[in-house]
Amino acid sequence: MISIDGLSFGYSDQKVLSIPHMEVKEAEHLLILGNSGSGKTTLLHILGGLLQPKEGKVVIGNTDLYSLSGHQRDKYRGQNIGLVFQKAHLISALSVGDNLLLAQYLSGTAQDKGRVYEVLEELNLGNKIDKKVRTLSQGEQQRVTIARALLNRPRLILADEPTASLDDDNAMKVIALLKNQADKYKASLLIATHDQRVKEQFKLQLNLSTS
Amino acid sequence: MNLISLSWNYIKSKPLNTALNVLLMSLGVAIILVLILLSTQLEENLSKNKRGIDLVVGAKGSPLQLILANVYHIDFPTGNVKLEEAKAITRNRFVKSAIPLALGDNYGGFRIVGTNHDYVKLYEGQIEKGELWTYNLDVVLGANAAARLKLEVGDNFFGAHGLSVADLEHDERKYHVIGILEQNGSVLDNLILTNIESVWAVHAHEDEDHEEEATDTKVLGSAFETGFPDGDEADEITSMLIQYRSPMGAVQMPRMINANTNMQAASPAFETQRLFSLLGIGVDMLRSFAYIIIVIAGLSVFISMYNALKDRKYDLAIMRSLGASRGKLFVHVIIEGIIITTLGGLLGIVLGHGLMELLANSYEKSDEIGVTGWIFVNQEFYVLLISLGVGLIASLIPAFNAYKTDISKVLAEE
Repeated sequence: MISIDGLSFGYSDQKVLSIPHMEVKEAEHLLILGNSGSGKTTLLHILGGLLQPKEGKVVIGNTDLYSLSGHQRDKYRGQNIGLVFQKAHLISALSVGDNLLLAQYLSGTAQDKGRVYEVLEELNLGNKIDKKVRTLSQGEQQRVTIARALLNRPRLILADEPTASLDDDNAMKVIALLKNQADKYKASLLIATHDQRVKEQFKLQLNLSTS
Repeated sequence: MNLISLSWNYIKSKPLNTALNVLLMSLGVAIILVLILLSTQLEENLSKNKRGIDLVVGAKGSPLQLILANVYHIDFPTGNVKLEEAKAITRNRFVKSAIPLALGDNYGGFRIVGTNHDYVKLYEGQIEKGELWTYNLDVVLGANAAARLKLEVGDNFFGAHGLSVADLEHDERKYHVIGILEQNGSVLDNLILTNIESVWAVHAHEDEDHEEEATDTKVLGSAFETGFPDGDEADEITSMLIQYRSPMGAVQMPRMINANTNMQAASPAFETQRLFSLLGIGVDMLRSFAYIIIVIAGLSVFISMYNALKDRKYDLAIMRSLGASRGKLFVHVIIEGIIITTLGGLLGIVLGHGLMELLANSYEKSDEIGVTGWIFVNQEFYVLLISLGVGLIASLIPAFNAYKTDISKVLAEE
C-alpha cells in the first residue's frame, strides 16, 4: 500500500535519515518509535508529502508522491492522507463543523454536512458541531482533528505524537480510536511516537533510535 | 465553506482590530468624497450660472466681487453706474445683447433684482404660477425664495434696503407678487425679479418723499421684456451682463471699458477660474491629508495582518496539509485585506454623503449655492477601486508570506 525506496533526507550535513526500503500494506498498523530528534516527524512529513526527500521514492498505492507537481501533491494529500498532530491544530476562527467543512473544501471534495455530522457522531462529538473550537477540552480537540483526518476516507493515516499531550486515559482512547477507524476505512495507519504507553498496542514497530 | 467565508470568519474573529482598520479607511474615504462632492457641485453650479455671460460691466472695484455680486448674487455690488453710460456701451458693435441689473434691496434675505425678461430667458427659467412681470412693482419669485418666504401669487410685501436681512424696510411702496418660477437649479431660484423702474421707484420715493407717487395706479415698465428702461441722467443701474457678437469682443471690449470709462469689465470665466485656483490650494491640501489617512489605513491593515499571520502560520500549514495549494492561501490572505478596506471604502462613502448633507444643512446658504449630500458622482466608483487597491497592496506581503509557508518546518516546531 505504501512503500519507500532508497529514501534519504538530511536537515543539516550531520543528521541524515536514510531508509533503504520499507513497506506497509493496506490496513496494516505501524508504530514508528524513536527519541526526539531521531527523525520520526521528518519521516512522517516525507510520507505525507509535506517535505521533499533528498533522494528516494514514496509510493502510495500506484502514485509516486514526489513525481507529482506541488499543487497535485497538495490535492492528493487532502484527498488520500489523514494527518493527526501532537497538538490539536484546529482553525480557532471557525466552529467545529466549519473546520471539517474547510477540510472538504480545501481538498476539493464535495462539501457534505451529512458526512461531517456522521464522522463527528462516530467520535461522540455530534453535539459539538456548532461549538467554537476554543470551548472544547484538549481531548475533545484532539478527537476533532482525528475526525478531520478521517473525513475524506483516507487510504493512509499519519499520526505524529497523537498522545503526547494527553493523560493516560485519553491517550488509550485516542489510540483505540485511531486503530478502529483505520480498520473501518481499511487505511494504513502509521503512528510516530516516543510514548512508551502505546508500545504494547502494536505488533509492527520501526525503531529509528537504534537503526 | 469557501475562501471568502473563510477570510470573513478570520475578520470576524478580531472585531476590534477590524473595526479600527475599517474606521481609519472610511475616514480617509469620507474626506475625499466630501471634497469631490463639494467641488463637483460648486463647479457645476458656478459654470451653470455663468453660461451665456461673456462679460459683466459694473462700477470699478474688485473684478471678482463684481462677478460674485452680479452673476452669483453672493457678494455685495461694487457700486452703481450711470444708466446713460451703460447704454452707450451697448451700442458697441461687439455687443450682441446686454441685460441690465439693478440691485440694492432684499426681502427676508432674498435679493430683489431689477432686470428684464431676457434675464429669465438667459437661465431658461419657466414660470410655474402666475406670469412674468410687466408693471412696475410687480415681482416674480424664484422657487426657493417663494418657498422660504411663504409667499404666493397675489401677496404683497415691503422690500428692505440693503442686501442683508436686518435692514430698514421701505414701508411706503409695496411689491406685489404676480408669478413664481419653476425650480431650475440656477440663481433664479433665490431671487426676486422685477422691473428696474420698480427698484428706482422704491428708492426715489424714499429720497424725495413724493406723496403723489404713493398711489396704487399701475405703471407699465418701459423695458420689461428686453433692453434698458427710459431714465433720466440721475438714474443708475448696478451692472449689465453682456454677450459678445464675435470672439473679437473678448479682445476689445474689456480693455476699452476699463481704459475709457468709469466702469470696469470682468469676465466670469476668468474670475471663476481664479477663484477656483485660490480655493484649489485648500482643496489640494485637504485631499493630500485624506490620502495620507488612506495610506495610514493601508499600513495599519498591513501591520495587523502581518502580525496576525505570525500567529496563524500553524493555521496556514494545517490548511496546506488539508490539501490547500500555495495559491489558495495567497488568495485567502489577499481576500481578507480587500474585504477590510472595501468595507472601509463603503462605510466611507456612506459617511461622506452623510457628512456632506450635514454640512449642507448646517450652512444656511447651502441651497443658494445648491449643495446636497444626496447626489452620486462617477468618482465614487474610483474611490471604491482605490480602497480595493489599498487592500490588495497592504495584503501582498502577508499573502506572499502565506504563500511560502514551509509546512513541514512549521508543523515540526510544536
